[in-house]
Amino acid sequence: MGLEQFKNRNVGTQEYKVLDLQESPKTPMAKFAQVAKRTFKGELFVGLGVTVREMINALFRGQMHTVKYPLEKLPISPRYRAIHEMLRLLESGHYRCIGCGLCEKICISNCITMETRYDENQRKEVSEYTINFGRCIFCGYCAEVCPELAIVHGPRYETASEQRASFSLFEDMLTPIDKLSLQQEYDGFGAVSPNADENIKKTPLAY
Amino acid sequence: METTTLIEQLPEVTAAGVAIKAILILAIISAVAGFGTYLERKVLAFMQRRLGPTHVGPYGLLQIAADGIKLFTKEDIVPQHANALIFKVAPVITAATAFIALAGVPVFPDFTIPEFIPVLGGTFVPSIASDVNVGILFVIGMMAAGLYGPLLAGMAQANKWGIIGAARTAIQFLSYEVVTGLSLLAPIMLVGSLSLIDFNEAQSGGFTSWFIWQQPVAFVLFLIAGFAETNRTPFDLLEHEAEVISGYATEYSGMRWGMFFIGEYANMITISILAAVVFLGGYNDFGFIAGWIMILFKVAFFFFLMLWVRAAWPHVRPDQLMWLCWKVLMPIAVINVVVTGIVMMV
Repeated sequence: MGLEQFKNRNVGTQEYKVLDLQESPKTPMAKFAQVAKRTFKGELFVGLGVTVREMINALFRGQMHTVKYPLEKLPISPRYRAIHEMLRLLESGHYRCIGCGLCEKICISNCITMETRYDENQRKEVSEYTINFGRCIFCGYCAEVCPELAIVHGPRYETASEQRASFSLFEDMLTPIDKLSLQQEYDGFGAVSPNADENIKKTPLAY
Repeated sequence: METTTLIEQLPEVTAAGVAIKAILILAIISAVAGFGTYLERKVLAFMQRRLGPTHVGPYGLLQIAADGIKLFTKEDIVPQHANALIFKVAPVITAATAFIALAGVPVFPDFTIPEFIPVLGGTFVPSIASDVNVGILFVIGMMAAGLYGPLLAGMAQANKWGIIGAARTAIQFLSYEVVTGLSLLAPIMLVGSLSLIDFNEAQSGGFTSWFIWQQPVAFVLFLIAGFAETNRTPFDLLEHEAEVISGYATEYSGMRWGMFFIGEYANMITISILAAVVFLGGYNDFGFIAGWIMILFKVAFFFFLMLWVRAAWPHVRPDQLMWLCWKVLMPIAVINVVVTGIVMMV
């Protein structure tokens, strides 16, 4: 199943068939006629045909529906909001977070805690950053508000763990430095839309 | 008659041969019943575009072993207020009658054990464990007696779902048994014998001599009644989960439940063999294909048909079953018998 098919939520334009339900017969003769008609119409064999067709589809035409879950996974939507990830700058490898604190401020369940200080270059440095995933409701506001696309929602939805702390430290969420080349640009919540250039207008300074 | 000479040519059937045959039937049909559960799960899964069991062994084949181990080692519970004796006897009735019924049908081809095997060498093992001259009546009667299993089980277990299951057993039994008997009556009239061997001989003239061409109505009726007899899906009122939990089997666990299951699958095989022998030419050679392969094909087809129908059709309500059996199938069966009689007279 491709991502396109998966993302199609536009149910209104799909083909629906309205069943032609006639009224139940009233007289005994009409009832008998209905029974006779249904008996000899072969509708039951249509049902048998459907099942055997599906079996052939599944076995020989590669339309088996089963996803062997732990071994293979369905694609998830880019807008899926799973465990957060902290991204790095591709050029320098430094983390993107500038320590502005907007995510901490906007978090409606108060689960983000961060401490910052100035480093030797007078640049904001994040010294402490944790997300309490016992409280987090995965609303996506932090990713939306982040001006640097530093905190994003990743695709990691298997979050069963013995300790909540396994996910929640800055180092755990940060892209490992050796996997920097594999870092995916985030196109979900709060990301720049594909047609962003068209939407840019000059700032009206005339007033 | 030619048939009698044919039978006389065969070696003498000894008690040892019959005993070996009985053990063979018991062992092989039990194994096939286990394998049937695997087939059922696999076929149903494919028809719903699922995979079915895949993880235990190659293609999930060892799932049967896993299920068997589970059934044997499960705790055996007898409910507190149940009638313990009847509760324990009921599954034995189902399994035993299913296998006793198989004594009257030709199951595998006959063979003689080679001479070099000690003790049993030279023993002739017949294809039919007990060639009684009322074979078909015996088989049908034995399968009908098997319905005491669900009936007693449902009533003994002090559970309302069990009681409903038992009540449904009674109405189902009363409904389809008439149709089974009457639908088989017409081919019996044509052959003039109740022995399944005679049925087989009567259809030895090739494809066109199969009784399905002379008795299509009886074939369809027998098939419908057979589905009811084996509790297969359009008529699985006894244990339909959505309505009565598990019906008569609600309180059963472990091997007692497994015996109901083996009985059900053995009954499916019996009905398949009966339908093949009575209507589809039995184990006669078909062109260059040997007879024993043909009957395997036919039995496999009917077994597959039962799974196929289960995947495709919804099941009926009890009142619909009674309506179908008494108001539709039984009159058709009677008319079929009368018409057959008139045609034979004229």
